[in-house]
Amino acid sequence: MDFQSCVNIKKEWDIVGARQLGRDISRKVGFGTVDQARIATAISELARNIYLYAGTGKVCFEVLEEIDHKGIAIIAMDNGPGIREISQVMEDGFSTSGGLGAGLPGVKRLMDEFDIQSEEGKGTEIRVVKWLR
Amino acid sequence: MDNKLRNMALDYSNEIVDMWLEEINGQKNNAYMAAISDEMFDSTNREFVNVIFSSIEKQGLTSELDDFSERLINLGWPLSYLTEGMQIFRRVIIDFILKRSEQVDSDYFSEVLRKVDGWVDPIINRLVNEYSGSWESTVSLQRMALQELSAPLIPVMENITIMPLIGTIDTERAKLVMENLLDGVIKHNAEVVLIDITGVPVVDTMVAHHIIQAAEAVRLIGSRCILVGIRPEIAQTIVNLGIDLGKFPTKSSLRKGFKTALELTNRHIEETENKHDDIERMLDSLDRE
Repeated sequence: MDFQSCVNIKKEWDIVGARQLGRDISRKVGFGTVDQARIATAISELARNIYLYAGTGKVCFEVLEEIDHKGIAIIAMDNGPGIREISQVMEDGFSTSGGLGAGLPGVKRLMDEFDIQSEEGKGTEIRVVKWLR
Repeated sequence: MDNKLRNMALDYSNEIVDMWLEEINGQKNNAYMAAISDEMFDSTNREFVNVIFSSIEKQGLTSELDDFSERLINLGWPLSYLTEGMQIFRRVIIDFILKRSEQVDSDYFSEVLRKVDGWVDPIINRLVNEYSGSWESTVSLQRMALQELSAPLIPVMENITIMPLIGTIDTERAKLVMENLLDGVIKHNAEVVLIDITGVPVVDTMVAHHIIQAAEAVRLIGSRCILVGIRPEIAQTIVNLGIDLGKFPTKSSLRKGFKTALELTNRHIEETENKHDDIERMLDSLDRE
């Protein structure tokens, strides 16, 4: 099944839309309530980062189906200012907006795979994967 | 010229109406119109075209137009039906006029276009305004309704107040939560406030951050905050995110939180003596008599 769908993030309420779609997809894939909550929270963090730092962007979902396991990939893309020091944002407690600074490191802990690419002035793309166990 | 065109349109209105009706019936195949019965569709079409002609005749927007659009809004007809209807009308009437004209040069042509636009465009604008006005008022009413629901504060008993939160918390709502919480604590003279997040679907770092700030603010004004209604899956995501909620007590359910609140205000729940005993005693005494 090659399935990909996206939600554009423009307003704060789009975060809710992205979360809802992600939750629906993860339910269909077969995740339990705990993992659904993890996935929804991760989407919430990623979408909020787009809204807060880049203004606009999109969150895409992909259902992964391999021979031995299934999963969901979430790709958050934006053309925002980018991240200068990636190792810094992956530290707990680092925040430029006065938040808790747990967002990205938290997402990494919530999910199984975490991949970030960012170029200053060009934008950021984060791809996270959760596998069904 | 002005009146000539108008009189022409009015004189041949029957033919124009027939042409228009034929065209608009083609629109019936659209998915959103399929649920409407043929008679309903037909009568609405006739009324619509009459409204158009009466506004051409009176050279201005009429109250009939307002009534008509208001009724369609209430019935939930899509705006695209009206705009398409007007576009078809424009097409049909220009076709008709040009076919009847002996000589068509570019001046005449642009004159006809300008004239017809003068009939059609004000109606379209009015219809679009009516529709968007009704949507805007619906949205603002819903926003108000949502705001009323967003951060209620319930003084359950002396010194204890509960704030149940249901649904998504965005920045605007988080602000309201904070304001209402602090206002309410002072107003109700609450020593303990229970924030119930059973109905909050996702607790991410932003929501957690706002809750921590609210609890801290409550602490500053001399009261205590207990966070209740933490579902198991939410507890796990909070741990994964690495959020520290250790600064104030948290409980899994409102019931446990309420018990803690009673303890904090030096009270506890005591069950009264069994009422059945009383009744049996009364029955016994009756028997004896």
